[in-house]
Amino acid sequence: MAYFILKRLVQSVFVMLAVAFLAFSLFRFVGDPISQMTGVETSVQDQDRLREELGLNDPFVVQFYRFTTDMLRGDFGFSYRTRQPVGDMIASRIPATLELGIVALLISLIVGIPSGVYTALRPRGIATQAILMTTLVGVSIPTFVIGIALIFLFGVQLGWLPTFGRGGTVDLGGWTTSFLTVDGWRALILPAITLGVYQLTLTMRLVRAEMMEVMRSDYIRFATARGIPYRSLHYRHALANTMVPVITIIGLQFGGVIAFSIVTESVFQWPGMGLLFLESIRFVDIPVMGVYLVVIAFFFVLVNMAVDLLYLAIDPRLRVKEAA
Amino acid sequence: MLARLLRSDGVYLFLRSPAAIVAALVAVLVVGGAFAAPWIATSNPYDLASFSLMDGLLPPVWQGGDPRFLLGTDDQGRDMVSSILYGARLSLTIAIMAMVIATVLGVGLGLAAGYFGGRFDAIVMRIADVQLALPAILTALLIDGISRGVLPASMQDDLRVAVLTLAIALSLWVNFARTARASVFVERNKDYVQAAMIMGQHPLRVMLRHILPNILGPLLVIMTVDLASAILLEATLSFLGIGLPADSPSLGTLIRIGMQFLLSGEWWILWVPTLFLVALVVSINVLGDFLRDVFNPRLR
Repeated sequence: MAYFILKRLVQSVFVMLAVAFLAFSLFRFVGDPISQMTGVETSVQDQDRLREELGLNDPFVVQFYRFTTDMLRGDFGFSYRTRQPVGDMIASRIPATLELGIVALLISLIVGIPSGVYTALRPRGIATQAILMTTLVGVSIPTFVIGIALIFLFGVQLGWLPTFGRGGTVDLGGWTTSFLTVDGWRALILPAITLGVYQLTLTMRLVRAEMMEVMRSDYIRFATARGIPYRSLHYRHALANTMVPVITIIGLQFGGVIAFSIVTESVFQWPGMGLLFLESIRFVDIPVMGVYLVVIAFFFVLVNMAVDLLYLAIDPRLRVKEAA
Repeated sequence: MLARLLRSDGVYLFLRSPAAIVAALVAVLVVGGAFAAPWIATSNPYDLASFSLMDGLLPPVWQGGDPRFLLGTDDQGRDMVSSILYGARLSLTIAIMAMVIATVLGVGLGLAAGYFGGRFDAIVMRIADVQLALPAILTALLIDGISRGVLPASMQDDLRVAVLTLAIALSLWVNFARTARASVFVERNKDYVQAAMIMGQHPLRVMLRHILPNILGPLLVIMTVDLASAILLEATLSFLGIGLPADSPSLGTLIRIGMQFLLSGEWWILWVPTLFLVALVVSINVLGDFLRDVFNPRLR
């Protein structure tokens, strides 16, 4: 068990180093940092002095070492565009994106798992056919169109919900949350649904496929023969065994949530990391792009570690194997 | 040849699947319309002389618009039908080019990785793993961002289409590489491949002449699905304002422009290109599903 966790930790460190290397190469080789920092009127001598002062003439390895250790100390450099510390810029945007992502993920699970189970148990039902058709269309419609459609329907035509921004937020010691105000929740609904739809269809299709597989297995047939009530059979015996692949996919899907949150945030002008990343691309703000990558990779690694630990909690067989 | 084709399973199944027929019709109409745009469109949205501000914001014909503009006009007085046809032309060109590049690159690397194995295989597959962890949109955005930093400003606008195509291609090649490699592993130990290798044929010949034709089925399915993804990616990037400049609008750009009219009454500027895009992608995905069933007899 301890060995298993240790192994994952070492792997994660390597992943982070690789991403840091990518971010560093971006910073170092895409455009010239010096010409970004100085104006046209700066003399060549001044530029060279700055270059020397910043250590840009040092060997590559030394520079990379300094880059990573700076990051570990929480120093992420400065934005080319706003001249502010990148760390602060991103930190102030993290709550918005995370809250949006979590609510979207919850929506996709709360709707996706039951409907996946239902469509698996009644493969010929009318409701099943309707749900399956809806998901096929759901996969084909781009995220931004779903967002626009929701804005059009609930924001413009019906006027029920706000269509941009986060609404009222409460500052909890640096973490601004929209969970504590009615206004914040109202602003959250449309973006979260937009972001959740795609994950929802994936979750549902996966649960359905796994469930149909499990329902054919011997132990379910045996449990049926024993006269175990259907409710318990379906939700305790069968569903439990579909959870390992489902959790894997949810872990992998986290990347999708983050990526599509860029689109969702753009449609709803949601002030999260994705919107910041888009702005930084438009203005070639390399430091922000690099740090965004590193932060995203860090979340990735965290989620994957959590998924691995969840396996152990969910599937007793894995615990036995690890102990042996 | 034709008679054989008509008697094949694929055609038989196709004629019995209404969804596939409708999807194929929509796809053929859209693609045909897009490529014939210069001949069938009533005006050229890139040509400033061909439209006039006086015709701006006219609703579609059935809402009392001008009969010259079937689906109305935008604020600049551009005919929506023409804009969409030209936009679809641009979107499809980029998506198809990107898909072809991704296919060639992915299949090439996948074939070679599966055939030679060893270190080359390991390197290609590690890169594929990393890329698979990064969602396609993120990859494409990054490549686009890097190109903005690397290319001199004067060349940027001219190269936008090329950069966009490449960014999409590079975020889609992994599927092809993995499928090609997996199929090669299956095929490599079969007698016909072994025989060709023992006869001393060049590896390239074995790969392209012997193995490739036998794995075309699954590749065709991925090509269809990835064409849909490529169209969506292009539309998304253009919608985000990262893709193409506003003076050569693709479908995504048209939708972004249409967003500005979301709050006012001019619904057609937004919804006409949007519905067009959705119809195109849905029909391609339905075709992809159909092809997958054809090539996988177990699912029938």
